[in-house]
Amino acid sequence: MHVLIALLILSFEPPGKPIAKDQPNDDGGKILITWKLSDSDSLLNAYNIYRSTENEELIKIGSVPKETGLFIDNKAKDGVKYRYQISAIKDGAIIANSEISEPAASSSQWFHTGRINILVGLLLYSVMVLWFIYQARIGKKMFIRRIPGLDALEEAVGRATEMGRPILYIPGLSTIDDIATIASLNILSKVAKKTAEYNTKLIVPNRSPVVYIVAREIVKESYADAGRPDAFNPDNVYFITENQWAYVAAVCGTMVREKPATNLFLGYFWAESLALAETGAATGAIQIAGTDSIFQLPFFITACDYTLIGEELYAASAYLSREPLLMGSLKGQDWGKMIILFILIIASILMLVGFTDIRSLFDV
Amino acid sequence: MNISTDPWIWLAAILTICIFSFLYRDNFFYRLAEHLFVGLSAGYLIALTWHNQIYPNLFSPLFREGNLMYLIPLTFALCYFSRFIPKFSFLIRLPIAFVLGWGSGVAIPAVFQRDILKQIQGTILVGEAFSRWDTGLGAIIVMIGVLCTLIYFFFSQERKGILKPISNIGIIFIMLGFGASFGYTVMARISLLIGRFQFLLGQLLGLIK
Repeated sequence: MHVLIALLILSFEPPGKPIAKDQPNDDGGKILITWKLSDSDSLLNAYNIYRSTENEELIKIGSVPKETGLFIDNKAKDGVKYRYQISAIKDGAIIANSEISEPAASSSQWFHTGRINILVGLLLYSVMVLWFIYQARIGKKMFIRRIPGLDALEEAVGRATEMGRPILYIPGLSTIDDIATIASLNILSKVAKKTAEYNTKLIVPNRSPVVYIVAREIVKESYADAGRPDAFNPDNVYFITENQWAYVAAVCGTMVREKPATNLFLGYFWAESLALAETGAATGAIQIAGTDSIFQLPFFITACDYTLIGEELYAASAYLSREPLLMGSLKGQDWGKMIILFILIIASILMLVGFTDIRSLFDV
Repeated sequence: MNISTDPWIWLAAILTICIFSFLYRDNFFYRLAEHLFVGLSAGYLIALTWHNQIYPNLFSPLFREGNLMYLIPLTFALCYFSRFIPKFSFLIRLPIAFVLGWGSGVAIPAVFQRDILKQIQGTILVGEAFSRWDTGLGAIIVMIGVLCTLIYFFFSQERKGILKPISNIGIIFIMLGFGASFGYTVMARISLLIGRFQFLLGQLLGLIK
């Protein structure tokens, strides 16, 4: 029996000598190990991976199923040299060992070479935006098409003033680093300026503590810009809670008690969008919503009078202020879309005529 | 019927009915549940933030392990409280500027990768798509939809001439997408309502298992 097992072991081909090298484009701590599969791979169950430093014995660090010739050691210490050995496993027993690899050490990289396409795209886009901002600053007239939802803002503020009721502004439920929140806070400053001019009460309940602080400062500054710093009431910009549904319960309560003439839902929203918009519609308020959350847009379109769809929310601050910086940036974005459009057409034509490598330019 | 005798189940059921009473109109019971919900959630989140964020990510490394690098985030965090001292309230801008800068720096390349490069790659027409008529037709429809939708979002050109019909097609594609998303999400919302009814009829009244 022992002779048979010995003969069986001798007949197995060991895996190839492993090649260990630093995992590229990472923050360190990883070594990539590859090896040629054993010629007897189909008869095996798995490969075990062993590791040693210069003066230590080999220790098992992992296992992969057969037909796998790759392992990432993600517990390496940067700068320490490790050697690796692969063992072929059948029925739990080691039946063949590879040679030991050459030493390799992990390190972190500053530059991710697999993302050069992102860098090129962003540089191109930035140059375009900066160019159009420059053009706007030297006085070139820039056109911006009508956005009905934003035209309605003035009407909405006027309506609230005539009715002597407040305006409710929800800057979304996301955090300050969300692009939709930043766009919303830009719009808030324009709305607050108008409410200050018309002496209309503006209520801004917040979910995020940081958004609350920024919103409060924005409203305060807008009132000062409008020459009405005395009209600013800090109690009208307040924090409720970070809990999503508790926040919604409180805002719905505010809607039915304060009866705002206008509700503005601008920012990022989750499942609460319909609960807010539906309650607002039931109170008879004119409602303007805007978000880049594609899952919530259908609910706003259903329950609100006007809805800013996706990028219309980002364009809003340029539309409302007509500041050269924002107008130039908007024009640059349009050119970005134009370039994407041409890339899609040209790349499709090239792909269909046989230049299939063109698709790999967008790999990340 | 097997009515629950657990007081916590009864409390949860009463509060659920208090919230549901809003469907009739704003009333004392809704306001009671609303204030309780807001207060409890705020208190709960303070405890949660301490245990999940402040203690493991700041307090423990700084005061237990003595890693002085953590004095930097602590200083930034304390700047938020400067708004209570008018003379130093400008300091609040430091952590906000940091969060905004960090957020933009992380978000822009990620959005470019996810929403632009990957979408372009997925939209480009490939020869294999035309191996069957239905997949080929699907690829062409997706391509037309993307091009028309992109043109709908052009802001610096007036919608006239050729741009008008193209952007009209674009809005049709957008609305088709929203319609599908609406139906899908409504189903998820109804499941939330079913969950509450299951609680009332099952755990409270024992009418369903």
